[in-house]
Amino acid sequence: MIVATIAFYLFAAVTIAAAFMVISARNPVHSVLFLILAFFSSAWLFVLMGAEFVAMILVIVYVGAVAVLFLFVVMMLDIDFKNLRSEMLNYLPLGGVIGIILLLELGLVASTWVFAPDAASLAAAPAPAADSGVTNAEALGRVIYTQYVYYFQAAGMILLIAMVGAIVLTLRKREGVKRQVIADQVARTPQTGVEVKKVEPGQGI
Amino acid sequence: MEIGLAHYLIVAAILFTLGIFGIFLNRKNVIIILMSIELMLLAVNINLVSFSTHLGDLVGQVFALLVLTVAAGEAAIGLAILVIYFRNRGSIAVEDINVLKG
Repeated sequence: MIVATIAFYLFAAVTIAAAFMVISARNPVHSVLFLILAFFSSAWLFVLMGAEFVAMILVIVYVGAVAVLFLFVVMMLDIDFKNLRSEMLNYLPLGGVIGIILLLELGLVASTWVFAPDAASLAAAPAPAADSGVTNAEALGRVIYTQYVYYFQAAGMILLIAMVGAIVLTLRKREGVKRQVIADQVARTPQTGVEVKKVEPGQGI
Repeated sequence: MEIGLAHYLIVAAILFTLGIFGIFLNRKNVIIILMSIELMLLAVNINLVSFSTHLGDLVGQVFALLVLTVAAGEAAIGLAILVIYFRNRGSIAVEDINVLKG
């Protein structure tokens, strides 16, 4: 138990420190790398809670896909980041006030709420007991593919739409690019492909 | 000392606040704003999963998976919009995005 406590405080501290560095780092590449660290350590928090499947999905989706996508965009666009950060401190007072108020409100909520007396009996998809031998991934699969299969399909649809949208948005037709058109090449005849010129002797072309 | 639900909720609250704070702090840099939104969605996920495991109800983890899906789609579309915006304007400052005002 003491190991779990130490691990929780370690990963929580790393997560929060990395999140702070994400918003305050001077270089956006560092921001992306700290975002990866934040997601990685919060995946460990999920493991500590006992939700291994979501933790692994978090690592695969965020560290493997989203963070790399951010990294690509940050490195691909040639942006002058020094200018972008010059007025950063102008918004510090307003942002600080709003952040502190929000944190106080969330703290009040977190410290005063209670469970409804019958909350535990109202579970829509009760998790199997820890000693039943059913892993978290298996239990989640049993729920996703039966009770929530329409939500699962909707998630797939969202990903498809996002993919098509991203491709359509970034696709562009450039003018003046020479491309190979195989139909045109095949349709050439000797009459159009060969040009015979009569060259006068001693004059050149 | 036992680590309970409240500990995770406080971590999620701090993460969410940092996300909001990041949006205010980096008003000009859209990439950092997108990353702040990702941080806020991560805080929501921590809340969902911690309630799910604490109450023994798997629905919270299913919701967390859906939130993850939407976050991935949002990042892809947002970055695509960012790329074409940079292509057209040569800058990603938020304050320049008022061309639709006419």
